[in-house]
Amino acid sequence: MDSVFFSGLFFLALVKATPIAFGAMAGLMSERSGVINIAIEGMMLTGAMMAFLGSVIFNDLTGGTLPKIYSLLAGLIVAMISAALVALLHAVFSIHYKVDQIISGTVINLLSVGVTNFVANAYIDPRGLAGVGVFPVINIPILSEIPLIGRIFFSHQPLVYLMLIMVAVLQYALFKTPWGLRTRAVGEHPRAADTVGINVNRRRYINVTLGGALAGIGGAFLVLESVGRFQKLMTTGRGFIALAALIFGKWTSVGALGSALLFGFAEALGVRLQLGDVNELQALALLAGIGIIVLAGAWAVLKLIRRGADQRRNRTIGILASAGLASIAAALLFDWPSVEIPIQFLGLMPYIATVLVLAGFVGRAIPPAAIGKPYEKA
Amino acid sequence: MSEPVLRLVGISKRFPGVLANDNVDFELAPGEIHALLGENGAGKTTLMNVVYGLYKQDEGQIFIDGRQVEIHDPNDALARGIGMVHQHFMLVPVMTVTENMMLGHETTRGLRLGLLSDLDPDRVAEEIKALGDKHGLSIDPEAYVRDLSVGEEQRVEIVKALYRGAEVLILDEPTAVLTPQEAEDLFSIMRSLIAEGKSIIFITHKLKEVLVIADRITVLRDGRVVGTTEPSKTTEAELAAMMVGREVILQVEKGPAAPGEAVLEVQDLQVRDLREQMAIRGVSFTVRAGEIFGIAGVQGNGQAELVEALTGLTPVEGGHIFMNGQETTHLRPRAITETGIAHVPEDRHKHGLVLVYPLDENLVLQTYYLPPFAKRTFLQPKEVRENAIRLIQEFDVRTPSVRTHAGSLSGGNQQKVIVARELSRDIRLLIANQPTRGLDVGSIEFIHRRIVEKRDEGVGVLLVSSELDEILGLSDRIAVMYAGEILAVMPAEEATKERLGLLMAGVREAPDSIAAD
Ligand SMILES: Nc1ncnc2c1ncn2[C@@H]1O[C@H](COP(=O)(O)OP(=O)(O)OP(=O)(O)O)[C@@H](O)[C@H]1O
Ligand SMILES: [Mg+2]
Repeated sequence: MDSVFFSGLFFLALVKATPIAFGAMAGLMSERSGVINIAIEGMMLTGAMMAFLGSVIFNDLTGGTLPKIYSLLAGLIVAMISAALVALLHAVFSIHYKVDQIISGTVINLLSVGVTNFVANAYIDPRGLAGVGVFPVINIPILSEIPLIGRIFFSHQPLVYLMLIMVAVLQYALFKTPWGLRTRAVGEHPRAADTVGINVNRRRYINVTLGGALAGIGGAFLVLESVGRFQKLMTTGRGFIALAALIFGKWTSVGALGSALLFGFAEALGVRLQLGDVNELQALALLAGIGIIVLAGAWAVLKLIRRGADQRRNRTIGILASAGLASIAAALLFDWPSVEIPIQFLGLMPYIATVLVLAGFVGRAIPPAAIGKPYEKA
Repeated sequence: MSEPVLRLVGISKRFPGVLANDNVDFELAPGEIHALLGENGAGKTTLMNVVYGLYKQDEGQIFIDGRQVEIHDPNDALARGIGMVHQHFMLVPVMTVTENMMLGHETTRGLRLGLLSDLDPDRVAEEIKALGDKHGLSIDPEAYVRDLSVGEEQRVEIVKALYRGAEVLILDEPTAVLTPQEAEDLFSIMRSLIAEGKSIIFITHKLKEVLVIADRITVLRDGRVVGTTEPSKTTEAELAAMMVGREVILQVEKGPAAPGEAVLEVQDLQVRDLREQMAIRGVSFTVRAGEIFGIAGVQGNGQAELVEALTGLTPVEGGHIFMNGQETTHLRPRAITETGIAHVPEDRHKHGLVLVYPLDENLVLQTYYLPPFAKRTFLQPKEVRENAIRLIQEFDVRTPSVRTHAGSLSGGNQQKVIVARELSRDIRLLIANQPTRGLDVGSIEFIHRRIVEKRDEGVGVLLVSSELDEILGLSDRIAVMYAGEILAVMPAEEATKERLGLLMAGVREAPDSIAAD
């Protein structure tokens, strides 16, 4: 495996991680303020369809006279607004009507599937609407010239950059600004927030709705930066993977990006495997190695934070780390026999990674204390 | 007297099925400590929540410095110089002290971007440090609230109110969770605040404290003002009678104990706390049927871990526990309960009640799967309900109905629900941790009488309390816990406040004076 292969793989991982990270940030805004959000999938799906319709209709209305970038931007904005409206629906159910938030989320997911399928069947497919295209790649001057790094990070389409910027902004905002302080307080101890004059429900409404706009960008990405047109059910569970990334990332945007990258990497590898230019066993060994090392690393960091003094766990971490290294070394050194793995199985990889990660970590991540509980004033 | 800083006129507040405040008049003079007394559920917290803007009164007016004001939410109250330290603290555990101070009233630096400006915790930390030092309230601005002791949390709450510019400070049962020493400290802080011209409303159930610290005393009963008096013109007994509406026996009446066989035997018990530190370092003792074995000690010396280990809520690191002759060291809580154990836990919200369940279901939490409450796995709502009606009457729980959620009862009534549930079962050992915390004198009298009755029926009682009066008044034998060890065990006759006080502070006695177990 050479460096072109590696940079290609990591490049693709970042691309694949982008919609997941947007979805996770939507969940972050909502859940940090105390509203469970399993409706990310529905918001992304709505966003994807509206991005398509928005860009196509805008293009039609302007008669193709404007550069297509305007149509794409219009699509993006329409996607954000419509996903935010879907999120607002979730907020009204959960906050005003105090509907169980899991149920509200499920209803919204089902509703989104129904509506987007209907529109696709009734409007998009019969007309054979074609997309406007996708956002162009922007090479960042100078930085994109750096070998390896430049290819991986600095020659992407705009939404990838936007995602990285939003992750940084959210991380900062959550822990260093009045907005973040209030959001966290409302999610942890709403009554305490109320007693210092913070309007708990208003904060929740705003957060859930703005989060929806982020999920809309995640959905729009699939259309405007990837496929170029809308396909039924095109989010294929990314909203749920985003939720897993959020939990795995301990309800921080940087953590969520980290886990989104892991999922993105798994997905990218799946894609490469399906292309058939990689030895399957070798790739699996590599992925397993990286996964195990990330796990051991995260565990070690957690332990450092908690300053636990349990020797047994230290040994486990050591064993895990060495197993990971061994697996990577084996992947690179051995000549692996080539085996045929069914293509469907390869497509499954990201989801298997999700399950493993969840199984290993969900018990350890502590959600905001008041999550899922409607606030009763008195 | 000069113009009152706060005047309430004809305040009424209704909840579904309850008139919590009924035409209440109240005055707070500048520089005054005004104590508010009343039974559990008398409406003290409700009245203060109206003043603080958490509830809106149904009728009545509020005057501040002589001018009528509308208080719609806590912001209005804070803006008019009213600060409140709530009965259950209002601090976010996962945030630092500084972050809690800033919350809702943030200091920022750099670019002005509204809610997205940069927080300035350093400046706030300095300000609260200065504020704390001025009033003798030492707090660490960088500490996380979850790591603070109750006393420290309370200091943070007081500084928070001062930081927000409180001139009138409402303290809702501040001493219920404090050790005697911490309560003393709180009183000197209160005096220093008064000296600065602030005014304080002080809610408590401890009549002794009222007589020491208050300038005036107002008593509420069933939401109405019974009267206002001054410490020099009244006595504990008179106040108790005003609160409850009848004579209250402040001293527990009990005859000599008739101890039988051992119902609880603890041998060299070792337990770790949540932070993996040794919280109990080799404790041994025996509780017999028909006796009350009291464990005195300042809170946080291992009592909580001891009770949790005995009831199976925390794993045991070493040693043995026998209940009724059967080893229970590593049994699950339900198995332990089924050997005939009752447990009145320290934290009624965390371990005692399911706050979102109605009362009748809370009253069968350990027995719901047994007849008569369940028949072939089906719950029998009628039996559950009748059980509740009976217990609510017997234990005088004040509630609009048996289907009311436990969370909407007053603190004292929640405690009575737990005691009712635990004492109504067929038990051989009662483990009671701070059974009367936050209760009014009438309820304390009632629960103490119940505990003594159980003892006389031959139940062994393990009583854990940091309230010396309670330990001395109830126990037949007394142990003192300090830093995870039992420093001494003595018959009640040999115990004095002074002797227990020294032991609680960790002063060991010369070996020959330790009474044999
Ligand atoms: N949010 C609420 N919803 C319904 N009823 C309530 C609510 N808050 C209080 N009550 C009822 O109002 C009455 C007064 O309660 P309050 O908490 O003011 O009593 P308190 O005097 O503070 O008692 P304690 O000493 O036990 O704290 C009680 O009967 C209680 O059940
Ligand atoms: Mg109260």
